[in-house]
Amino acid sequence: MFLKDYFNDIAQAVGSLLSGMRRTGYYFTHHKEIITEQYPDNRATLVLPERFRGEVVMPHNGQNEHRCTGCTACELACPNGTIKIVTKFELNAEGKRKKAVDAFVYHLELCTMCNLCIQACPTDAIKMAQSFEHSVYDRSQLTKILNKPESKLQEGVE
Amino acid sequence: MVEEIGTTDEGDLIINIGPQHPATHGVLHLVITLNGETVRKVEPHLGYIHRSIEKMCESLSYRQFIYSTSRMDYLSSHINNHCCAMTVEKGLQLEVPERAAVIRILMDELTRIASHVLWWGAMAMDIGAFTPFFHAFREREMINDIMEETCGARLTMNYMVPGGVQFDLHPNFHRRVKAFVKQLRNKLPEYDELVTHNAIFKSRTKGVGILSKEDAISYGCSGPTARASGVDCDIRKTYPYEGYEKLQFEQAMSTDGDTYSRYLVRMVEMRQSLSIIEQLIDNIPEGDFQAKTKAVLKLPKGEFYSRVETARGEFGVYIVSEGGTTPYRIKFRSPGFSNLSALDHTVRGQKIGDLVAIMGSFDLVIPDIDR
Amino acid sequence: MWSFSKLTDLIHAWLYETFSPAWALALEMVMVGVAAIGLFAMLGLVLVIMERKVSAYMQIRLGPNRVGPKGMLQSLADTLKLLVKEGMTPNGVDRVLFNLAPLVAMIAAMLLLAPIAFAKDFQIWDLNIGVLYITAISSLNVIAILMAGWSSNNKYSLLGAMRSGAQIVSYELSAGLSILTIVVLSGSLQISDIVTSQSNGWWIFKGHIPAIIAFVIFLIAATAETNRAPFDMAEAESELTGGFHTEYSGMKFALFFLAEYINVFVVCAVGATLFLGGWMPLHIGSLDWFNHAMDYIPSSIWFFGKTFFLIFVMMWFRWTFPRLRIDQLLTLEWKYLLPIGMVNILLVTVIAILKWHF
Repeated sequence: MFLKDYFNDIAQAVGSLLSGMRRTGYYFTHHKEIITEQYPDNRATLVLPERFRGEVVMPHNGQNEHRCTGCTACELACPNGTIKIVTKFELNAEGKRKKAVDAFVYHLELCTMCNLCIQACPTDAIKMAQSFEHSVYDRSQLTKILNKPESKLQEGVE
Repeated sequence: MVEEIGTTDEGDLIINIGPQHPATHGVLHLVITLNGETVRKVEPHLGYIHRSIEKMCESLSYRQFIYSTSRMDYLSSHINNHCCAMTVEKGLQLEVPERAAVIRILMDELTRIASHVLWWGAMAMDIGAFTPFFHAFREREMINDIMEETCGARLTMNYMVPGGVQFDLHPNFHRRVKAFVKQLRNKLPEYDELVTHNAIFKSRTKGVGILSKEDAISYGCSGPTARASGVDCDIRKTYPYEGYEKLQFEQAMSTDGDTYSRYLVRMVEMRQSLSIIEQLIDNIPEGDFQAKTKAVLKLPKGEFYSRVETARGEFGVYIVSEGGTTPYRIKFRSPGFSNLSALDHTVRGQKIGDLVAIMGSFDLVIPDIDR
Repeated sequence: MWSFSKLTDLIHAWLYETFSPAWALALEMVMVGVAAIGLFAMLGLVLVIMERKVSAYMQIRLGPNRVGPKGMLQSLADTLKLLVKEGMTPNGVDRVLFNLAPLVAMIAAMLLLAPIAFAKDFQIWDLNIGVLYITAISSLNVIAILMAGWSSNNKYSLLGAMRSGAQIVSYELSAGLSILTIVVLSGSLQISDIVTSQSNGWWIFKGHIPAIIAFVIFLIAATAETNRAPFDMAEAESELTGGFHTEYSGMKFALFFLAEYINVFVVCAVGATLFLGGWMPLHIGSLDWFNHAMDYIPSSIWFFGKTFFLIFVMMWFRWTFPRLRIDQLLTLEWKYLLPIGMVNILLVTVIAILKWHF
């Protein structure tokens, strides 16, 4: 009885080990199963989903106009102080002084891509871009001004 | 300094495992006392990744603080966010739309599977088999892709917001989840072949690191760690939330309390999560994915607590509100911390190789312990 | 059959004609030494890239694929990197032993190459106790590991070295017993004799089931003796970080690494020689046309083919199985392999006396 158990143990153990080896042997011989993505080489074909959050950008239209009114809702919504909006006063068409955005300062190094600023924006002035290769040699390059120079507020956006 | 001497008065060897060590999966620091190969004592030293998230949350609004909980237990970030959102909703007495609740459960279960799959690979790697780790990433990658498409991020999604979820499901979600469920159902037998039935793995884990039911309760263990010791503690069953009570699933249990049963409980849980997803994926109700909320959330004066079952155990959020826009005090009850406290008791008298196996079976995530 | 002996004889005769015998001998030694070191380096490069590729395919990865065609020069680049790294000696180590240990490991591995028959009549030293020599020298390896572990002044290294000591000493018994079965069957300790005794079939086929059991035990013991997973107690990455070579870096680490791979090669070569006929082609009894066809394949290809097959099996083990615990490792040896090996050698002796083998 004792001997029978002894050999049973050995047979079962060897069987289980062989089944594991069969599995790795299968993958060794079936190279189609390889899932490696050769990242820097496949940049051209890399498609990121449209919701992917890479960094905050401010879209401008053809006339160099954006939709940001400088209301600072995003600045308030941001948990990390990533966004700093510098405002200025501009004269509008009727000659009235009106608040406008001077510089939309965005600190990429502080951003956690939580999407709260985009949710807070009442005019859809900012959105998330799919770019994700952010590394730079100097940290100061990560502080970005999102509104382009000389850009204006789009007509009709309040 | 006891570390500098290197031995105790009895001549036992003192070894620092960590903060940089392949087996601790992070910056956990264990000071272990060894008698030959036998572990006499384990002393976890915490604090290497303490970011004082609880204090940070006190200065953040009720919408803002949720994102930081993704950084605690980064493997079940959805579930942590879910619990925070639930606590805020409790304070606001907000009803979550039916669709949002179902989406939340689906995401929770996907996260649970992603976490368990990764744990499976890491556990096998702790025990010395490298290949399962890479196989696990194949399935985890599919979940990450699903998350990326619907939530916009792969690890720290910040998808749950008070009142529902940030976005509606992506049109590809059904197809992808179904493909994933099919894939994992096909691959789970392979997992068994590679690890579960392996004679060496069994001998390394069976009867090793036994945690009795009484000890599991007294150390406050939760999740698969406690359920493997026979503690009936699945929050989804005992205190159902978000409609878990309507779903058909079994609480994965075992009574042995050893490393192997902790392993098996998680393997069963993966299959249970798959069946939950299968029940829900074709029955997502139409409707809003987010309830209407005010721009600025203010919780009434009072104390609010809610708990969920993460991949590692019971996660609780306790908010004390003074009626303002930010919490007065927040406390997170993280499963990893309590589970870690049982480590010393479990490991004593075992070999140093067992220490690694037991730690693997506890599924510790260090940022979850330190917060 | 084509043989290297003509070439070697030619060189030998030429040397003795041109130089005095003492100089000729010295020159021959230098040539052998250079050839051994060259083989050593080549084997290191080939085995490292082989291990990385095998593991990659088993883990559904591509593996190294940047340096050279399909990444085949990756190990050359690695060697270059290790060569130019600073050879650090940490504070508090026993300097002499610390720096000596990699050399001892290396020399022990190199000595093992002497009695191996790489092809027909191509052997450095065909001594009459070849098998005994191999078993004796292969146990020197443990001295290097203990030296490294002790001198490193690091507790991980010490634990790794102690484990390795217990492991190698106990697994040598099983390896020895399974080698002995072939010695009993062939009736000789000389490598060339053992190979020629397999001219009508390899021992693994001729020796019935006991030979197969001995082969399996040899494979397990060889894996354990070379400290490879699932028996890599001495390194045990997830437990002891690097085991005995935690404190080593640069070329000193590379020497340990190289010595490990050479040991793998040598034990597999010994296994191939004893059980699979060494350089002897696959011959089946009196099937003349088949035997003749097999003879056309050069003997060196037979030898390296068999050896690399065994090396592949050991890599297959490594990338499939979890690691054993130290006490289970010793249990496996003393409770399973050793008793089975002992009964096995008794059976083989009976077979050999009654001449039941083919």
